[in-house]
Amino acid sequence: MPQSAEKVLDHAKLFHEPEYQEMLARKRDTFECPASAEAVEAQREYTKTWGYREKNLAREAAVINPAKACQPLGAVFAAAGFEKTMSFVHGSQGCVAYYRSHLSRHFKEPASAVSSSMTEDAAVFGGLNNMIDGLANTYSLYEPKMIAVSTTCMAEVIGDDLKSFIQNAKKKGSVPEEYDVPFAHTPAFVGSHVDGYDNMIKGVLDHFWAGKERKAGDTINIIPGFDGFCVGNNREYKRILDLMGVKYTLIQDASDQFDTPSDGHFRMYSGGTTLADTEAALNAKATVSLQAWCTRKTLDYIGETGQETASFHYPLGVAATDELLMKISALAGVAIPEQLTLERGRLIDAMADSQAYLHGKKYAIFGDPDFVQAMARFVMETGGEPTHCLATNGTKAWEEEMRTLLASSPFGGDAKVWGGKDLWALRSLMLTEPVDFLIGSSYGKYLERDTGTPLIRLTFPIFDRHHHHRFPLVGYQGGLRLLTTILDKVFDKLDRDSEVPAKTDISFDLTR
Amino acid sequence: MSSLRQIAFYGKGGIGKSTTSQNTLAALVEMGQKILIVGCDPKADSTRLILNTKMQDTVLSLAAEAGSVEDLELEDVMKIGYKGIKCTEAGGPEPGVGCAGRGVITAINFLEENGAYDDVDYVSYDVLGDVVCGGFAMPIRENKAQEIYIVMSGEMMALYAANNISRGILKYASSGGVRLGGLICNERQTDREIDLSEALAKRLNTKLIHFVPRDNIVQHAELRRQTVIQYAPDSAQAKEYRALAEKIHANCGKGTIPTPISMDELEQMLLDFGIMKTEEQQLAELAAKEAAKAAAVG
Repeated sequence: MPQSAEKVLDHAKLFHEPEYQEMLARKRDTFECPASAEAVEAQREYTKTWGYREKNLAREAAVINPAKACQPLGAVFAAAGFEKTMSFVHGSQGCVAYYRSHLSRHFKEPASAVSSSMTEDAAVFGGLNNMIDGLANTYSLYEPKMIAVSTTCMAEVIGDDLKSFIQNAKKKGSVPEEYDVPFAHTPAFVGSHVDGYDNMIKGVLDHFWAGKERKAGDTINIIPGFDGFCVGNNREYKRILDLMGVKYTLIQDASDQFDTPSDGHFRMYSGGTTLADTEAALNAKATVSLQAWCTRKTLDYIGETGQETASFHYPLGVAATDELLMKISALAGVAIPEQLTLERGRLIDAMADSQAYLHGKKYAIFGDPDFVQAMARFVMETGGEPTHCLATNGTKAWEEEMRTLLASSPFGGDAKVWGGKDLWALRSLMLTEPVDFLIGSSYGKYLERDTGTPLIRLTFPIFDRHHHHRFPLVGYQGGLRLLTTILDKVFDKLDRDSEVPAKTDISFDLTR
Repeated sequence: MSSLRQIAFYGKGGIGKSTTSQNTLAALVEMGQKILIVGCDPKADSTRLILNTKMQDTVLSLAAEAGSVEDLELEDVMKIGYKGIKCTEAGGPEPGVGCAGRGVITAINFLEENGAYDDVDYVSYDVLGDVVCGGFAMPIRENKAQEIYIVMSGEMMALYAANNISRGILKYASSGGVRLGGLICNERQTDREIDLSEALAKRLNTKLIHFVPRDNIVQHAELRRQTVIQYAPDSAQAKEYRALAEKIHANCGKGTIPTPISMDELEQMLLDFGIMKTEEQQLAELAAKEAAKAAAVG
């Protein structure tokens, strides 16, 4: 055997050893009824054609690699942004393991959530007893200050009613009567994680606000939305707002929860919007959502309380940050400080310095609707063309907004918008209409491999690179990070394309 | 939203729920109320008499065509019927497959989110048969129907179903605001029907809102896909439905928390009313018959 205690081979190399190669070949021939290598190659070539693309885009009955997750994931993420809050997902256990691992793999941090562990008997008789026992256990074992309840498909199919279940559980003494148990129905087969985020934020606000009289004050609520970069981004939002001298409440802030220090002390809960602040947020002057597609129902709800609302699509780049700052400045009646104007100038200077390498570059962009919208806008600011813009959870309304955005710039002229399409569709698009770079999440690495297009990882989930989420992408400072991340790929590619000595190295330049 | 009144009609299958509810709503619209009907029966026949045709475009059939309920527009699924009554049908899967209960949840969520409940005074849910699963309890959840009206008759199984529905309501009433509005007896001309209905109402801690007499004119109207209110506005039967509509209108906030009874208690009640006979009674009757026969022969 190639593996021995004296010389331990890494996983990446181990399976290249002849023993393993032979074993895998034997397995393939014995159990997998493989087609011939020629047939596989012919099929691979066929999938690169326009003919296959047309069939692929017309596909209705199957989804292959959707770039979205389910509602409860968004709800669990949302709940993680409140003070000492435990997510309680009413439904089957395996689902909850998925939300936890998904968040852990991205943030490289523990992600706590509990399940009501419904099994077949609960599916038949309803999950009330699971709720009663589960709430009691969660309350006594993990001592949260609030338990935020969401649902998996199972509870939704059988129609369990969270409101009455929670009240019944309180009557049975699972948790004290006045204890905070906000909830949101989050059927996993409807919408995506951005809707789950929306539903949970609305559920939390309704829990604290219902039946209370609003006394209009002068603070501004900020809802960041579902954001895998919340660790870096939320801290940047706070820095900007502090610089401006705005009185604000960040509603839902998971930046500390997913960035706990190693100091010998385990924190099940860290940071987050305090329950007192959440309750007081009813009296704010206005609420600003930083990701409109993540807060559609929440903003409607907040609007009904009499608060002014405004929404943005993830402030990436110059113009998007300008708009956000001007809106906040107008709402809060504060000036935009010199410091931020300086930062803006520095970002523009940096963009201008690199202009020659960015102009005319073509991109495929995929991710959540707000991210794709923001990214396309930033790419156009750098003189790039967002050729394929794809959001599996993008609606018709999103497609409309995207088209308007693309039409606003000469760089958007040839760009196409793909709402509801999956990454297998994007593969066909990239093989028939190639681009220079792909921007998205780690799931794009298969497209990178199949199409040879370098992947720039800039959105959730990023499983195979570490710590990117610790640096902000938003605002002018974040814009620098965005710019350098893209530029690094541009230069790496340029170097790879010009590195063969005496053949392509005429442009293998030290200075770029 | 606070002035929006939401009611629901439940009852055993085939009891005349849809007929009663549509006639009542046709009478309510005459009283100047703006009404939305949400049919929660996969058969989609809760709006037939109001629309004068069977609704073809149910929420779920259109969603199945479009691929997802998110692709629908409210205008696609809302039709306007008799005197401006807004009609929607949840629809549901083919018999034997899928989950009609989830269909009800999906359809009601869609209607609410897309503003179907705006600018109406009444929302009326017409729900199939029994409260068989969580989906069919959707209309009695918090912030949905405030009062439930159970359509029943003097038949044993209709009484049984009414009691069962009360149990469903009780589950939600103890934690929320839903109440039992009352029983509506749709006459089947069984023995002592009105007495029995009143007695059951009392046991369930509710009242018999109205006793709707049997009249063939209902069938005549139904064959023409019309309510009696529309078909024969001056008939005695139309007056009955108007009376029922007025009683329901005046019953706002007067619902009660039901006190369902056990199967044994229900059977005892039927015995007390002489509807059902004990085994001893049946044996005694049989013996008497035999004796009479023997006497005749002798």
